[in-house]
Formats: sequence, structure tokens, C-alpha cells
Amino acid sequence: MSDAEFQERIKAYEGRSAVVGGVGRDPVNSPMIRHWCEALGHPVPVDGTAPATMLQVWTMAGLSGHGDRSGPYDELLGILDAAGFTAVVATDCEQEYLRPLRPGDRIAFDAVIESVSPRKTTKLGTGYFITTRMDLRRGTEPVGSHRFRILKYAPAPPQKPQKTAAKRPRPVINRDNSGFWEGVSRHELLIQRCTDCATPRFPWLPGCDRCGGQGWDTVRASGSGTVYSYVVMHHPPFPAFAPPYAVALVELAEGVRMVANVSGVPYDKVRIGMAVELEFTEVEPGLTLPVFRAKEEV
Amino acid sequence: MRTGDELAPLRIPITRTLIVAGAIATRDYQDVHHDAEAARAKGSPDIFMNILTTNGLVGRYVTEHLGPAAELREVAIRLGAPNYPGDEMELTGRVTSVEADADGETAVIEVVGANALGQHVTGRVTVRLPRGGGHEPARP
Repeated sequence: MSDAEFQERIKAYEGRSAVVGGVGRDPVNSPMIRHWCEALGHPVPVDGTAPATMLQVWTMAGLSGHGDRSGPYDELLGILDAAGFTAVVATDCEQEYLRPLRPGDRIAFDAVIESVSPRKTTKLGTGYFITTRMDLRRGTEPVGSHRFRILKYAPAPPQKPQKTAAKRPRPVINRDNSGFWEGVSRHELLIQRCTDCATPRFPWLPGCDRCGGQGWDTVRASGSGTVYSYVVMHHPPFPAFAPPYAVALVELAEGVRMVANVSGVPYDKVRIGMAVELEFTEVEPGLTLPVFRAKEEV
Repeated sequence: MRTGDELAPLRIPITRTLIVAGAIATRDYQDVHHDAEAARAKGSPDIFMNILTTNGLVGRYVTEHLGPAAELREVAIRLGAPNYPGDEMELTGRVTSVEADADGETAVIEVVGANALGQHVTGRVTVRLPRGGGHEPARP
């Protein structure tokens, strides 16, 4: 069978029923609501109703499988399995809630295969998106609907050995800046100060950039600062960094500026003049960095 | 509630327990959500969170923010990077529209859940706040 014939064959399932006259295994009930809330850390609704986002739960077949799926949906999945598209992952879920569900409500449902996509290649592998739409009722009264999309795909061959997650670049530590990184390891942000002219400097340098003096001591930064400037990185993406993210130039209370991340606010909320406070974050095991937390939430 | 309002971020540690408990509480027994060996055999590095749990967490985020009087009307989500054990997901949200009427207001909130791999979930929640429902929306 050619690819075109195969696509035509699976496309023919659009509009066919996936479930006819399905019935929830259990009526809506308090123990399942409580277990679900417990697992998800969700507040238990005080009025005894089921959280709306449990909608699909009442239609799930559970461990013993789908006794009530009708032929076409199983057939379609079987055709894809046989063609090597053996893996499945859910990608989209769109739910509408028409009325609250209460313990004792018995849920009935029908579902239709709404669409079968052309062949798509994704990060996971090549396959087909199948969208079903389910309508849920209590008796004859609609209670909600549920559109669900899965990707039925042939798993991509395992990646090459570079499977390990990219790590952030490590700082280059040398005799001119080792004092700074020793401070960071103690959660202290140290600024150099010229012992000749008392000018603070950052980043660390062997000599004073004002008077050229070679002598220096350190001042521990108070941690207060403001965003002096910033950029938002969108492209290109570097390994271990997920754009978009903001890179700020923070002016410390001591008068020097340093490049750092701003935490506690989304990248698009960083603003010039924003008050920030120093904190130390272990960005990955073995790498602690000074970052600046926005003092007021936006 | 006003258009442009931000919801305080919610950080959820993605533990193996949360993934398995969420899968079972949603009656989803697909082995990739509880059996690490089976997940690896299917090309995944580990078990990963099922969509029903993600959907519930998005609902939880909005519900916790707006209080018990808020009624969810629609939740539409799309999954991206999987939630694997050991990761953390940070949910953030922004109100993109508010329509008031005689009985209350209806708001649309765009929600993003990001983990170390990127965006796990992007979604849109439509929620109804009845007038005098006694809710005190948490203000950041």
C-alpha cells in the first residue's frame, strides 16, 4: 500500500463513532473525588461537588480496559499499530463544563473520531494525530464535552550517546577571581576594593581600573540592588538554557554592576529600576550562582 | 479581577509519587505513567505525567487562586515537554479578558507550566465568578 493509500484509509475513519452509549464504571462518588484531590494537592470542594477537571475521570475504563469502545476506534488504532505506529501520547485536552457533577450522578457518553491528521514528524517520532470528541450526559442532560488529541507514532530511534542533559557552562576560576567564587560558595557576594583609592570594582580584576593600584581588599555586598538594564534572550538557544529568559545588569547598592538572572518574576516582567535582592541558587547540582530576586511581585 | 492581572506562580515538584498517584487517581493505567521499565522500552527515559493530572493541576492552580466560589467553564490545554520525575513545574497565569454582567464576571486566564525541559503545558481557562460569591481573589 502506498503512503497516499494508507493515509486515505485512515482518513476514512473521520466522523465514525469511537464510543456509543458508554457508561461510567462508577457513578460520581466522594471517595474518588477525595483520592483525586489528595493525589493532585487540589482543594476538596466544600459543597461536595466533583472538581470540574475530573470530567474525563468518570469515563475512564481503568485497568480492565475499554469494554465499550466500538469497532472503528480500535480498528483505527490497530491499523496504526500494524503499520509500526505503536506508541501513543496525549497532546491536547479541551473540556467544557456545563454543570457541576455531584456524588450519585451517573455519567453516559458518546464519542466520535473528529479528525485524523496527515503524517507528522515530531520530536517523539513520526505519526498521526487523532482527535476525538466526547459528549457527556447525566441521563439526557448534557454535562460537558471533552476533545482529546493523541499522537499515535513510531518511536524515533534512541538518540545518540549525547543523551545526557546539557549542563551549564562552568565558571573559569583563576587566581584573579578565585576569591569571588570562594565567597559564592559561602553565599557571600564579594566586591573588590582598591586599598589605594577605595574604589570598588566588579568583576574581579588584578588592578584598580581607576588608579591602577595593585592592592585590594573585599567588601561583602549588602545584597540590595536595582535593575540597571536588561535584555531578553530569545535566540539562539544554548544548551542548558531555555529561552526566553531575561539577563539583567544589576547595579548593587555599593555602586558596581553585575550581570545576573532575575528570579521571582517572568522574563517579560523584568524592568529597569526594579528593586532586587541578592540570593544564591543552586542552578544545577554543584553549581551555585548569585541571582537577584525581584523585591515586589508584579 | 482585571485584564493583565498575573496569578502568583505555583511551583510543583514533579515526584514519582505525584506522577503515579495522579495516574491512578485519574484511572489511567497506561504503563508509561507508572512503570519505568515499560516506559524505557517505549523510548521514554522514564515514566511521565499523564494529561489528566496536568489538566487537574491547571484547574487546581486557577481554583486555588480564585477561591471556592470560582466555577471553571472551560479548560483547554496542550502538552509539550514531558513532566519527568525529579523535575519541577512552575505554573504562571495571566488574565487576558474579563467580561462583567449582572450576575458576576467571566474571565479567561492563560496558563503556562514550565519545567527544566521547556513548556510542559500551555492552556486557557475560562472561569466564572458569581457576584457576591464571597471570593477574595488573592492579589500578588
